[in-house]
Amino acid sequence: MQYLLMIYLDEKAAAGIPAEVRDRGTAAYRAYNEALAGAGVLVAGARLRPTADATTVRVADGKAQVLDGPYAEAKEQLGGYYLIDVPDLDAALAWAARCPGASHGIIEVRPLWPMMAEA
Amino acid sequence: MADDGRGVTPLAGAAAVDGPAEAAARAAAEAVARASYGKLVAWLAARTRDVAAAEDALSGAFAAALADWPRRGQPANPEAWLFTVARRRLIDQDRRRRTGAAAEPALRLLADGMAAASAEPALPDHRLGLLFACAHPALEPGVRAPLMLQVVLGLDAARIASAFLASPAAMAKRLVRAKTKIREAGIPFAVPGRDELAPRLDPVLDAIYAIFTEGWSDPTAAEGRGALTGEAIYLARLVAGLLPDEPEAAGLLALLLHAEARRGARRDAAGAYVPLAAQDPAAWDAALAAEAEALLRRASAFGRIGRFQLEAALQSAQADGRRSGRPDWPAITRLYDALLALVPSPVVAMNRALAVAGAEGPAAGLAALDACAADPRLDGYQPYWAARAELLARCRRAGEARSAYARAIGLEADPAVRDFLLARQAALPPEVSDASD
Repeated sequence: MQYLLMIYLDEKAAAGIPAEVRDRGTAAYRAYNEALAGAGVLVAGARLRPTADATTVRVADGKAQVLDGPYAEAKEQLGGYYLIDVPDLDAALAWAARCPGASHGIIEVRPLWPMMAEA
Repeated sequence: MADDGRGVTPLAGAAAVDGPAEAAARAAAEAVARASYGKLVAWLAARTRDVAAAEDALSGAFAAALADWPRRGQPANPEAWLFTVARRRLIDQDRRRRTGAAAEPALRLLADGMAAASAEPALPDHRLGLLFACAHPALEPGVRAPLMLQVVLGLDAARIASAFLASPAAMAKRLVRAKTKIREAGIPFAVPGRDELAPRLDPVLDAIYAIFTEGWSDPTAAEGRGALTGEAIYLARLVAGLLPDEPEAAGLLALLLHAEARRGARRDAAGAYVPLAAQDPAAWDAALAAEAEALLRRASAFGRIGRFQLEAALQSAQADGRRSGRPDWPAITRLYDALLALVPSPVVAMNRALAVAGAEGPAAGLAALDACAADPRLDGYQPYWAARAELLARCRRAGEARSAYARAIGLEADPAVRDFLLARQAALPPEVSDASD
């Protein structure tokens, strides 16, 4: 089954992190990426630029409305994701717990609709 | 339909026209249902994780059994018969839902299952995996116990709802939601590996304990809510039997058996409530108590103490104290200290205060009780107020005892216990100004 691991972080807090801590974080993510790839479960993944660079679009009455900023203002923001392919939820939760983001943020684990996963 | 959440009630509604052959078939099917229901659901749903579809197919198989067995006699292996019929229904269901090549992988899975099942003389027991799925941390805690009752034991949603004092519609909805999550989120039917086993076993044992306490609050009936204690013991036996190296599983079973042994003694012939301190040990079920003791000894040999072993040990110590007339209060207090370190619950702290009262007198007990009185969770807890009233009475603070009894009485739902507390309150000395101790 495919699961999307969504990493939610407090952007403001993340911005104030000293450089050497950030470097350790980058190294941790690199190791995590390698572990996912090595286990053959990684489908895709990316780090997102901050919500300051976000734009929302919706179409109402046939007209597109474009707004500056993220969809929802919350304490934590979506900062990145991994798409993984594993046998079951327990395996997905184990990978989520190993993600460096889990220790300074929250990982939401969501299964994909099977059709989308096969497409 | 698969998703109406009504569960199966294997044989409900089929009772109408009974000759002797039908009655025999029903008795046979009921016996198989009781023993095999969870095993069949677990085996049918293990690969697809579709519990609702498995329950549906099984319910059809039970109906077929009631039609077939009176005519042709009960099959040599009723469990295998039910499995074969239910599996066929699952395949048909699946074929109807999909078409052509899209159905191939699922059909192959089921065919594999068929081959595996016919190769083995007895169905492999996947119930433990099913229990771990029902108590998975990805499911909300409140639905885990009801889910076990439905999926492993085949109870219908209406009965489960009344046991948990919930509306049948709301309970059915929660059960459907949980089954959908198991299927769609990919919750496995598996026993967790060594390093994960202990934390994952806790919610399984907690849910079984929750089933027992729901049943325990109904003192009388073998029917209705009271019967849940039996269901909980059945599940606890299953887990303890399938995980012989987990002392907490044995500890839970020991705890439930100790409590069950004293179940009947909580009421006298006239139906009045009898507290432990006034029960006649001869009225306890000696066989259950002996089994509990043996389990507890076996569990303690592992040297891995836990909440349920401690609670069982407390039951055992209280029973010993009642038998000998000399409870070992300091030892009981130490057990509560150990339990409190593991489970920082105000209810445990309250019970510990009663042990302190036994060891050092009512004033010391009351002081210990005061220390946990700040916890708001005790405010609406009947036993806390009853304990407080009792200690105040023994400290000759009749006025305060009277109002504490009033709180306890107002919080109690069981009329027999209410009558008992009213009698205690009435027996307080008349309102002299609270004397010094």
